[in-house]
Amino acid sequence: MATSDAVTQDLSIQRQSLLAWWRSGDPWIWLTSAAVAASVAAVLGLIGLLAVNGLAHFWPSQVMAIEYERFGTKTKIFGELSERESISRRQFMEANPAFEEQVPETVERWLIKTGNRQANPPDFRWLFAHDVIDSSVPDDVIVVERTEWGAAYGLLVNIEQDSETVDTRNLWEEFQARIARTAAIRDEIDALQEGSINGINYELESIRLEKRRRQLDGNHEVSDLEAEEEVLRSEYAIIENQVFKLTEQLERDTAGLALADGRVIQIPIRAIIQAWMPNNMSMWGKLWLYFKNLWNFLTDDPREANTEGGVYPALFGTVLMVLLMSALVTPFGVIAALYLREYAKQGPLVQLIRIAVNNLAGVPSIVYGVFGLGFFVYFIGGSIDDLFFPEAKPAPTFGTPGLIWASLTLALLTVPVVIVSTEEGLTRIPRAVREGSLALGATKAETIFKVILPMASPSILTGMILAVARAAGEVAPLMLVGVVKLAPTLPIDGNFPYLHLERKFMHLGFHIYDVGFQSPNVDAARPLVFATALLLVLIIIVLNFTAITLRNRLEARYRVSIN
Amino acid sequence: MIDERSEVAYESSPMPDVPTPTSSIEETTSPSAWRDEDICLTVSDLCLHYGDNEALTNISMQVARQRVTALIGPSGCGKSTLLRCFNRMNDLIDDVRITGKIELNGMEIHDTAVDIAQLRRRVGMVFQRPNPFPKSIYENVAYGLRLQGSMPKSEVDDRVEWALKNSALWEEVSGRLNESALDMSGGQQQRLVIARAIAIQPDVLLLDEPASALDPISTLKIEELVHQLKQDYTILIVTHNMQQAARVSDYTGFLYLGKLVEYDTTNIIFTNPTEKQTEDYITGRYG
Repeated sequence: MATSDAVTQDLSIQRQSLLAWWRSGDPWIWLTSAAVAASVAAVLGLIGLLAVNGLAHFWPSQVMAIEYERFGTKTKIFGELSERESISRRQFMEANPAFEEQVPETVERWLIKTGNRQANPPDFRWLFAHDVIDSSVPDDVIVVERTEWGAAYGLLVNIEQDSETVDTRNLWEEFQARIARTAAIRDEIDALQEGSINGINYELESIRLEKRRRQLDGNHEVSDLEAEEEVLRSEYAIIENQVFKLTEQLERDTAGLALADGRVIQIPIRAIIQAWMPNNMSMWGKLWLYFKNLWNFLTDDPREANTEGGVYPALFGTVLMVLLMSALVTPFGVIAALYLREYAKQGPLVQLIRIAVNNLAGVPSIVYGVFGLGFFVYFIGGSIDDLFFPEAKPAPTFGTPGLIWASLTLALLTVPVVIVSTEEGLTRIPRAVREGSLALGATKAETIFKVILPMASPSILTGMILAVARAAGEVAPLMLVGVVKLAPTLPIDGNFPYLHLERKFMHLGFHIYDVGFQSPNVDAARPLVFATALLLVLIIIVLNFTAITLRNRLEARYRVSIN
Repeated sequence: MIDERSEVAYESSPMPDVPTPTSSIEETTSPSAWRDEDICLTVSDLCLHYGDNEALTNISMQVARQRVTALIGPSGCGKSTLLRCFNRMNDLIDDVRITGKIELNGMEIHDTAVDIAQLRRRVGMVFQRPNPFPKSIYENVAYGLRLQGSMPKSEVDDRVEWALKNSALWEEVSGRLNESALDMSGGQQQRLVIARAIAIQPDVLLLDEPASALDPISTLKIEELVHQLKQDYTILIVTHNMQQAARVSDYTGFLYLGKLVEYDTTNIIFTNPTEKQTEDYITGRYG
């Protein structure tokens, strides 16, 4: 009996102390801090994962020469080791039922990026470590980044000019010089394309539309337009001729590249963007190339169905669309909140509207996309075409997905958060300040514009921050109202009116989807998906950070009196 | 609820730049002996209802020009409500019904022709707690001036300086006019709010317990200020503090449960009140 009593007492003490611990509130501190720590870890982990996987892609990693034997055939390849993993015996046996030798517990396999997609496909291959006979790191192997057919690996053997071998002492320097030459010519052609040819095409299209407009108006006097057209066409012919000549010059040189198996392929130098010798580079050289690659990723157009090259148009489109969206949603949301909070008589109806607005934030975004397509694009856009652009029909001008409709759709999607946070800001402004302004003879409108809105500006910015965060990451509705896989032109260019709201545009979110899941070459595209995702996250962070800094400044300026 | 000020109304009734002539009445003259031109505000049969509650019942009184009139009474007696009738601040509250008349220099302020913004310019108000705008000291004072339309910068400067000098604040803030008004002390803020109110040169100044949130030294400064300001303005002050009422005012009205129980010179109210209720309140028997 005595022992059992002691046990009971012991337990009750323990229970009491547990209870006391619970009551002391300590568990809550632990729980809350654990929740914060988990969120921070999740965010940092996500960014870290994206950074590690995405940024490594731009590093000029070493190229190996590998000889391996598979089913009795020996193959020699050059390639970069892009992934290495162990698989279990069972997995290996299921994939290779014909394998007869003793298999160890785990099998190591390598993913090798071999490039040379045209001459030696496929450009990514899995090798089992035990198949490899020999591997080395040859000093003079070069990597060639091309505008078509992906990267090439090999040994530089000769340079041909107009099909005759060039006699040179330093082949590598000669090679680099000729790449620079074609790059300069290509820039020249691009300048002509982007500047003159696009401009002339734009003007010719305007003339065509003007002609059609006059025709629709019953005015058949178009001789002035035809004269203008004639001038433009002759200008066009001259520039076209220049481009032809330049293009011919591009074809002059080719470089001979010896593959690992000894075959020599001739690569036209016009198709080479850059070439480097990864196994024979200093650390500084590699770093320089790394940042150059990173820079090119940000500033170049995509190539090869988006699986190579840069993301500049998508980056541009995303930022422009978010800015336009902010410019549309902020005034709209603020005005709506002003009415709800300052002018409307508070009652059940206003409360109902407020609940409805809050619920709008919960509608799935694809629904907004469908609405945007039906209402903005087909109804409003179609009506604009009927009224203002009849000459372009049947081709739609605004009656087709485009930048303005995407921005409007996202503005609609994010307007609830702006309304809610603006309203919160308006509620927090003390009655005394309003009365102070009114007592000085200000009207309600003057009070709102001179005192209330400036004081509510931090809350308005908070709403904008939330709106930007939501809009920049949104993809689903955009696919319906303006984003495309590849846009031929940026929405801003040198042709009047400079900002072309009706154009389709590219978007990083959609780019991730397209490159990651619609691409024919998954292995090549994967690092770009990570890099693009990282870029998108960073953009959202930068946009938010800017807005938060601005808000903090306004908060310091318009803080409400404490005493 | 609030009438918007139209440009036309503003043009047709410009601000009087020169204050009205000095009152001729002696401070000991009983309200019943005032002449018409001494009277700034006349309240007749004023009743005010918040929904079904009657907050003010049949108030009738007159307020002397360029004198300080105090309204005293226990909490909830309606003295602040009465004060807010003079610049129609009660219009901001839903469900308020007002009957009776208030005349400002012979003009009925509830008349539909009256522009409410214009009225509030002529009847300035200072609230219980300092309520400066989150702007610079200069901008706070210039706020009311800027509402009157564009004015040359030099004139705004002059009037800001004038207002700050007349609210005994100039010496303390002349060097930091562009700093935020929220960085000032409570007493300074309250004087700034007074400066803001007098910058537009109203006829009447309504002070709603202007010193209740302040320390004794700031209170003293406000009281001195009130004393100076009465040379130019008709002042109505609501206060809880009977010593303060006795110190600053020339006339005192005692309100109880929405009724004006007694109204006379401050001297009589505090030394020889007619009504028993007034005497009880003054001597501290309730309230």
